[in-house]
Amino acid sequence: MTVIEPDQRKSDGADKVSDVVLEQSVSRSAAPVDRAGALKRIALADRIFFQVTRAAAVIVLIILGGVIVSLVHGSLPSMKAFGFGFLTSQAWNPVLDNFGALPAVYGTMITSLIAMLIAVPVGLGVATFLTELCPHALRRPIGVAIELLAGIPSIIYGIWGLFVFAPFVQTHVQPALISAFADVPVLSAMFAGPPYGIGMLTAGFILAIMVLPFIASISRDVFETVPPVLKEAATGIGCTTWEMMRFVVLPYTRVGVIGGVMLGLGRALGETMAVTFVIGNAHKISPSLLAPGTTISATIANEFTEAVGDIYTSALIQLGLILFVITFIVLAIARYMLMRIERNAA
Amino acid sequence: MSLYATRRRRNSIATSLAWAAATFGLALLALILTSLLYEGIRGLSPAVFTQMTPPPGSQGGLLNAIAGSLVMTGIGVAIGTPLGMLAGTYMAEYGRYTKLTMVVRFINDILLSAPSIVIGLFVYTVMVHPMGHFSGISGAVALAMLVIPVVLRTTEDMLLLVPGSMREAASALGAPRAHVVGKVAYRAAKAGLITGVLLAVARVSGETAPLLFTALNNQFWSSDLNAPMASLPVVIFQFALSPYKDWQQLAWTGALLITVAVLTLSIVARALSAGRRKS
Repeated sequence: MTVIEPDQRKSDGADKVSDVVLEQSVSRSAAPVDRAGALKRIALADRIFFQVTRAAAVIVLIILGGVIVSLVHGSLPSMKAFGFGFLTSQAWNPVLDNFGALPAVYGTMITSLIAMLIAVPVGLGVATFLTELCPHALRRPIGVAIELLAGIPSIIYGIWGLFVFAPFVQTHVQPALISAFADVPVLSAMFAGPPYGIGMLTAGFILAIMVLPFIASISRDVFETVPPVLKEAATGIGCTTWEMMRFVVLPYTRVGVIGGVMLGLGRALGETMAVTFVIGNAHKISPSLLAPGTTISATIANEFTEAVGDIYTSALIQLGLILFVITFIVLAIARYMLMRIERNAA
Repeated sequence: MSLYATRRRRNSIATSLAWAAATFGLALLALILTSLLYEGIRGLSPAVFTQMTPPPGSQGGLLNAIAGSLVMTGIGVAIGTPLGMLAGTYMAEYGRYTKLTMVVRFINDILLSAPSIVIGLFVYTVMVHPMGHFSGISGAVALAMLVIPVVLRTTEDMLLLVPGSMREAASALGAPRAHVVGKVAYRAAKAGLITGVLLAVARVSGETAPLLFTALNNQFWSSDLNAPMASLPVVIFQFALSPYKDWQQLAWTGALLITVAVLTLSIVARALSAGRRKS
C-alpha cells in the first residue's frame, strides 16, 4: 500500500498507455513457466476425457454381454433338468417341477403372426396415404400424431384391451366368427369354443394396434427416401398412383420396408404388458384362436414373482433367454436391412 | 379403352384401400385416446395426488406410486444419461471408425428395441437375487439400462450432425480435443442432446415389465431405496387386473397421467429438435 515497487509503477504507467502493451508484457514474462504446466494439465485432461468416454463405450458393451451371460447362467439349472426337451414339451407343472416352453413359444409366434397380418397391410396403407394421397396441409399433423402414438407406453394399450376391447370382442366379434365358420372344415376348429373375450385372437389384435403406428411411421420415412425424380418419371409415362407405388416405390424401398416390418415384429414378439392383460395365461396349445393361451413375456410377467424353487425360476429365465435369442435374430436382420437402405439414401 | 378402364379401376381400388387403412388406423387410435380420457378424467380428483394407494374397497389416491415413479425414473436417468452420453461421445468424436464403435453401435441398436422384460430378468439375477429382496434401487438400475440406448443413439446422431469444420476451426485456434468436444460440439448439439434425454424419460416412465420383479410394488409410502417401491405402471397393472371397481378406476386415472406425461415430454422434445433444425 505504502511502498510502490518499481515493477508495479511501470506496469501502472503502461496500463494508462495501452492495454495491449500490458498484456503482452505480462504474458511474455509469465509464459515460459505457466505454458508448459498448462499444456501438461490440458493434455492430461484430454487423455482423461478420452479414456472416460472410451470406458463408457466399453461398459455399454459389457452390459449387453452381461445380459446374455446372466440369462444363460440363470437358466443352467433348467437346461440341466430338461435339456432340449424343454423346447418341445407342453408341460407346465409348478407342483411337480416339470416345465416346457412350447405353449409359450407357440403363443408368442401366433399372436405376433396375427398382429403382423393386420398391422403390415394397414401400416403400409397409412404410409401410402401419408406420402401420396393425404392433402398437404394434413400431412405433417397426421404424421406427427402417428409418431407420438408410437411412443405411448404399451400398458395403455393393455388396459384399453382389457376393459374396452375384450368385452366388445366377446359380445360382437367372437359369436359372429364362431357362427360364420361353424360349417367350414378347418376354420371351424380355428374359431371354436365359447367366446371368452380374452385369448390369442384378442391379444393379436391389441398387438396389431400397438405396432401399427410404429410400422406406419417407419414405412413413411422409408417411402420418403425415394427420389422425387423416379416418381415423377413414373407419373410422366402415365402410371397411376397404384402403379407408381407398386412398380417404382415398393421395389425401390423393399429392403427398408422389410426392415421396418421386422423391427415391428421384434416389438410384437417381446411385448409384455399389452399382451398379459388379454391373453388369459393358459399353458396349453389349443387349435382355436379364441381360446386363452400364453406368450413367453406374459408367462414371465405373471409368474416370476410367485415362482418358488430354483427350477421354476430357472425355467422362467430360460424362457426369457429364448425370447431374447428370437428377438435378437429378428432385430439383427431388421437393422441390417435398414442399414442397407440408409446407405442407398446417402 | 378397356385397358385404361381396368387400370383406372385398379388404381381407385388401391387408393380407396389406402384411404380406408388410414381412416381405420387413425380412428382406432383416436378411440383408444378418447376412452382413456373419458375413463381417466372421471376419477381425477385432488385425492389422487394426496393420498396413498388404498386397500380394496376404499377410497384413495396414487401418491406413493407417483412419487415412486418419479424417484426411480430420476435415478435411472441420472445413472443412464452420463454413461450413454459419454459412450456416444466416444463413438462420434474419437473412435468414429474403430471396431469398438461398430460393435457398440450394432449392439446398442439391438438393446434399443430388445424386450424390456428381459432387462428385468437380467437385473433380477444380478441385483435382486444376490441382495435377497426386491428394492427401489434395482428398479432404477433396470430403468437406467433402458435409458442408455436411447441417450447413446441420440448423442451419437446429434454429434455426427455437427459440421466437422467447426471442430477444425476450434482445433486451429489451439483448443485441446476435450475443449473442442465440450465447448464446441456439445454446444452445437445441445438441443439434440436434451431431446435425447427427454425421449429417454418418456420411454422409461411408462415401462412396466422391468419393474415387475425388480422394484415390485408397495402399498405404502416408502422413500427407502433398499425396499420395494411402488410405481405408477405396476400399480396400474395390479389394479386393472383386480376385481375391485375403485382399483380399476384408479388404474384408468393412472394410465391417463402416464399418457399425458409421456405425450408432453415427446412434444417438448419434438419442439426442441424442430427449433434446432430451423436455425
